[in-house]
Amino acid sequence: MAHGDVKHDYHLVNPSPWPVTGSIGALFLTVGAVIMMHGIPHEDDNFFLGKGHWPLFLIGAVILVFTCIGWWLDVIKESRAGDHTPVVDIGLRYGMILFIASEVMFFVAWFWMFFELAIYHYHRADWVVPTWDAAQTAAWAHWPPPHVETFDPFHLPLMNTLILLLSGTTVTWAHHALQQNDRRGAAFGLLLTVLLGMTFTYIQFGVEYPEAGFAFGNVFSGAHQVTTANVYGASFFMATGFHGAHVIIGTIFLAVCLLRLLAGQFTPTKHFGLEAAAWYWHFVDVVWLFLFTFVYVTPYLTMQGH
Amino acid sequence: MTHAHADDHGAHRPSLWNPARWLFSTNHKDIGTMYLVFAIIAGLVGGTLSGIIRAELAHPGITFITQLPWIHDVDAAKHFYDATVTYHGLIMIFFMVMPAMIGGFGNWFVPLMIGAPDMAFPRMNNISFWLLPVSFTLAMISFIVPGAGEHAGFGGGWTLYPPLSTNWGAGTAYHDGPAMDFLILSLHIAGASSILGAINFITTIFNMRAPGMTMHRMPLFVWSVLVTAWLLVLSLPVLAGALTMLLTDRNFHTNFFNPAGGGDPVMYQHLFWFFGHPEVYILILPGFGMISQIVSTFSRKPVFGYLGMAYAMVAIGFIGFLVWAHHMYTVGMGLDLEAYFIAATMVIAVPTGIKIFSWIATMWGGSLDFKVPMLWAIGFIFLFTVGGVTGVVLANSGIDTSLHDTYYVVAHFHYVLSLGAVFAIFAGFYYWIPKMSGYRYNGFLAGLHFWVMFVGVNIIFFPQHFLGLQGMPRRYVDYPAPFEHWNYISTVGYMITAVGVLIFLVTLVEMFIVRRKAGANPWGEGATTLEWTLSSPPPFHQFNELPVIKPETHH
Repeated sequence: MAHGDVKHDYHLVNPSPWPVTGSIGALFLTVGAVIMMHGIPHEDDNFFLGKGHWPLFLIGAVILVFTCIGWWLDVIKESRAGDHTPVVDIGLRYGMILFIASEVMFFVAWFWMFFELAIYHYHRADWVVPTWDAAQTAAWAHWPPPHVETFDPFHLPLMNTLILLLSGTTVTWAHHALQQNDRRGAAFGLLLTVLLGMTFTYIQFGVEYPEAGFAFGNVFSGAHQVTTANVYGASFFMATGFHGAHVIIGTIFLAVCLLRLLAGQFTPTKHFGLEAAAWYWHFVDVVWLFLFTFVYVTPYLTMQGH
Repeated sequence: MTHAHADDHGAHRPSLWNPARWLFSTNHKDIGTMYLVFAIIAGLVGGTLSGIIRAELAHPGITFITQLPWIHDVDAAKHFYDATVTYHGLIMIFFMVMPAMIGGFGNWFVPLMIGAPDMAFPRMNNISFWLLPVSFTLAMISFIVPGAGEHAGFGGGWTLYPPLSTNWGAGTAYHDGPAMDFLILSLHIAGASSILGAINFITTIFNMRAPGMTMHRMPLFVWSVLVTAWLLVLSLPVLAGALTMLLTDRNFHTNFFNPAGGGDPVMYQHLFWFFGHPEVYILILPGFGMISQIVSTFSRKPVFGYLGMAYAMVAIGFIGFLVWAHHMYTVGMGLDLEAYFIAATMVIAVPTGIKIFSWIATMWGGSLDFKVPMLWAIGFIFLFTVGGVTGVVLANSGIDTSLHDTYYVVAHFHYVLSLGAVFAIFAGFYYWIPKMSGYRYNGFLAGLHFWVMFVGVNIIFFPQHFLGLQGMPRRYVDYPAPFEHWNYISTVGYMITAVGVLIFLVTLVEMFIVRRKAGANPWGEGATTLEWTLSSPPPFHQFNELPVIKPETHH
């Protein structure tokens, strides 16, 4: 810090433009998102406000990406300038743990939805829904719901489970290697982790999703509904999709750590960026184990026609 | 205990009129000030909306809203009334009470009270603030763009229940316009802001306490913010999940809440109230903390039962996660579940009782000084107790079945929030504004503000108990003639309260014009917490040399 008379080890951060640019980015992004999804009525021809038009969303996304890059470059600069004293380092650890705790609670919402379905689906057999015939109503006595052909969990999903578990070991390998100052081993372990993460993402989004035997949402052609989805598909795709998004974020986080490692920014004793990425990766891993057990395996075991 | 720094680093303080000081701030006191200013502005907007509500309800029939220039027919008036009620609630909760208590007073005084130079993440602190104007802007856009058909805004109440909040059809039974989508994203952003702020507070309190400031020596206000921050971190993400489900139901035709696809609208209520119930404690716990400081200061005694007070808040926070479905007694959840939620809800009255009785015990035998903050604090204790008692009534599903969604409920939650939380905010404001600004306010004006407001809010909300017991439902633009008497009195109460708010603004302006110097500690020996050891206003960066807390220091 500039003040010579400071006698504590806390980090008094210098004024920064990033919070304001980030907020402006968030405003454009959210307004743009509503316009892309919904549009402003009577403004269909407006370049910025018509339904499906993407300029505002794109502007917001670009501002946000630049903000993230600028903000985190500043954090790295401060760290290398020695601002991250031991007490500040403990604060960063608290911060990361709490962030992961809030992420856990986000997944609680999706699991809650899923468990309500899985455990109380039979209540729906008593429902009176105008668009259901008797057979459709009766079918809800079973789980998973009618017209849902679940994935065989012991095929691609098991493979993805093994990929993620393996990546959990490679990131630990990288961490331990760095602690022993084995930089080649650390770089190799991280590179493998990133590649495994990318493989998982490809298998999930590129191979598995297109083959799903159930739909995400109803599909409309104009006002006419052409396919009917049910809540199983919504629940499945949102829960596994948000997990997949977290895998992508974690992969980027680890890739940045790999670049920082190659740039010589980590030492055997000071490398919290890598530890935070590893914590995040393990969190993503644990979420997957719950998804695999409850969203993939248990519905498959009780699927109708098996 | 350190003494006020002789060199208060005044030279380092940037000019008030330098925009970069505020836009790029990494200073917890400046960010706290921005939160407070934001909360006052949002409070005036939300208060204006409640004025529209009370003006409409002064007499039966749809008489007031139809006179507004942009309202062309009765249907538009009905929808505008519903939207006004909705945005009044959301603005008061997310943009007035939370920013004032947690963002404003929390930012200002948590670091000062634990002897820290700033928050743990000063830059993240600033995005927690600046996301709020973004969120508020989205909510205001939502208010004016089409919601249901051509009618502007979302009119389904602050709880955003489906199917009203979905677009499964046209007409006023659904909301097919973009207003609801803007509102969802507004709450996403407000939630992100609060989660980041909460992470900051927990880290600051765990990691930056001055030497000797053990957890059990922390002032109770710090304890209250700590518990509040935990509630925020653990409950807001669940709301984010529920809102995301609404968003995909609306825009990608998923079936989370649509029975035609096996979805369940009641699941939204579970997810919402799993957030929503902790949220009501989020709104009141920092108030508990402030009241503890104030009652102790003006009784010139340490607070009675310090540990019991701290752990009562922890207990309230914990049990607060286990009672959410008492907001949903009428959905038909079955008697066993209702019995559980009744019992769990009533249990919360125990730690809450500990707090009320401990405040009274703190005053008992104390050297009482009825300065303005103490008036507000005693007002708080009385009014919050009234609201708490009706809460015990409503906790019982048998009676709630008939009182659900009546004005009895409206009276209940306004007694704990608009008379509880808001009185706590004013108590804290009059307690700490000399510290924050460096100036003393005019005691007569501030006292007048209290008495006018105390009379006004009671006249607004006490009659609403009667209306509710007589069966008047909430969120209706019109009512049968027999309800007119108490409704009219309630509206008169609003006008008195509005005068009170005006007196508040006059007090504020007068204080900054006359500029009476406050000195480091205007409250005398009862004010023992660390912020009173600093100059008023405190130096731009305080505690460059950390204070050391000795064991005999009391709270």
